[in-house]
Amino acid sequence: MSSTGTSRAPFDPAALFKALFLAAVAVFVLVPLLATVLGGFKSLGELRVNPFGLPQHWEWQNYADILFSARYWQLLRNSLAISTLAVTLTLIVASMAAFAFAHVRFYGSSMLLSYLTLGLLFPAATAVLPLFIKVRDLGLLDTYFGVALPQVAFSLAMSVLLLRRFFKDIPYELLEAALVDGCSYIKFFRYVTLPLSRPILATVGTITFVNSWNAYLLPLVMLNTDALYPWPLGIMVYQGEYSSEWHLILAFITLTILPTIILFLLAQKHIVAGLTAGAVKG
Amino acid sequence: MVSAIDVAGETPSQAAVRGPRWDGRFTVLILFLPPALLLFTLFVVVPIGEAAWYSAFNWNGFGKPTNWIGLDNYRFVLETRAFWLALRNNGLIIAVSLAVQLPLALALALMLAERFRGAVALRMLFFMPYILAEIATGLIFSFVYDGDYGLVASIWRTFGAEPPHLLASTDTAMLAVLIVIVWKYFGFHMMLFIAALQSLDKSLVEAARIDGATRTQTLRHVVVPLLYPTIRLSVFFAIVGSLQLFDLVMPLTRGGPADSSNTMVSFLYNNGISRMRVGYGSAIGVILFMICVTFAFTYKRWFMRDE
Repeated sequence: MSSTGTSRAPFDPAALFKALFLAAVAVFVLVPLLATVLGGFKSLGELRVNPFGLPQHWEWQNYADILFSARYWQLLRNSLAISTLAVTLTLIVASMAAFAFAHVRFYGSSMLLSYLTLGLLFPAATAVLPLFIKVRDLGLLDTYFGVALPQVAFSLAMSVLLLRRFFKDIPYELLEAALVDGCSYIKFFRYVTLPLSRPILATVGTITFVNSWNAYLLPLVMLNTDALYPWPLGIMVYQGEYSSEWHLILAFITLTILPTIILFLLAQKHIVAGLTAGAVKG
Repeated sequence: MVSAIDVAGETPSQAAVRGPRWDGRFTVLILFLPPALLLFTLFVVVPIGEAAWYSAFNWNGFGKPTNWIGLDNYRFVLETRAFWLALRNNGLIIAVSLAVQLPLALALALMLAERFRGAVALRMLFFMPYILAEIATGLIFSFVYDGDYGLVASIWRTFGAEPPHLLASTDTAMLAVLIVIVWKYFGFHMMLFIAALQSLDKSLVEAARIDGATRTQTLRHVVVPLLYPTIRLSVFFAIVGSLQLFDLVMPLTRGGPADSSNTMVSFLYNNGISRMRVGYGSAIGVILFMICVTFAFTYKRWFMRDE
């Protein structure tokens, strides 16, 4: 594990320390995750005496019961519906606004942009009670939209900034030429800007998806009907019902984080880029 | 850069299309801006304003707010011991982020920014907790800490000791939450540092090495100073993150026992939302809003002037 090493010493205490340190952190991260996955394969009795090791007897039943329950799929469907709604709306609304801010010069442009970026300053939680009343008055309580619309509104600032920065890099001459040739702004947006911007759209879409998929507070406040719960609410209810049957809860946790982990492995690049995107200012 | 309203230097053909082009701009503004501005105003700006308004009433959210009590809600909040505990806990989270998480993330980034076999895999592994839902993370650790079935209990038993119920004691609950916070978020900060290290000007580091600086000297006097902007950013995220922490606390402790592990937002949830005390809850929200905004502006002014 020594670094690029031009003069590799036979024994390098620094390299050994580094290897041990990395191994320790890896154990710190992995053990809770592995114990969760494996715990789902154990019986409650075995979990009590052997929470760390491999199961002596693999209880596939724990996982099978959940996978064949309608509830599990209902939770995932609800989560998927809310997240898809949030991603679609964010991409449409934010990319349109970002296009106007990037390519159209108009009086008040920078003022309106600063207005939107106010959204970066505080979390949705600060206004969650009035937000609840607003959503209730709009008749959106207990609907997917009641959760998705505030999520979109609160993620707009970041999304618009990220998209605008990318759009600005599209050569202005391209727009000039297109306009001279009689192409409209809207057609340019549809046929040039959007196709050229796939990477940033994927990044913004992924951040919005992960945030919405994992969200707990807004659905908790906006949804009352059990049948509409996304999985974070469902799993909390499940844990309440099976309070100390940890083997079942662990199997349930594993199955609900599985989609996230699969998505992470598939879209690593976009997720890392997206979630650390705030690092570069818009 | 040429703009659509620049008149100077126009060719005749450009001038000819100026009329319709303005119409085009108008159409695009009328169509493209309102959705975003409307959504943002309706669901972000107006609710914050309403929070300020509602906070002057004693109101349960039904009918119209009529029972005006002025600033009493703020007084009630400030007189609640749990509020100050929550504030202290947010302070603790920030302290741990600065004292433990940040150095850990920086050290790991320095190790993993180099190329060697397994570096990328380790980076991904360390980043993984960050993308897990906070609810799932909280539940996983409520298992880890469980006094009967948990991993900690099992370790205690191998030493023949009676396992503690970490999350059920006012002395240890917050500590247990803090460990989970580090577990979940250090990978994110590490990634920030790795991204910064990779875009760092290598010639400066090489120049220092050629001038005879040791590894440690190069690190201390060249690399870390070059990372200051990223360090400031990482601190910013740690503080903002602590101010909105909620999801993680709920499955672990719900802010208990005896309010010992509340954060500002879980305090808001437990005292305002779950009991539908709209006025009182709005007052907490307004206080949290003030803290966030004051912090963001001061921090930007003091530490992030050049970015």
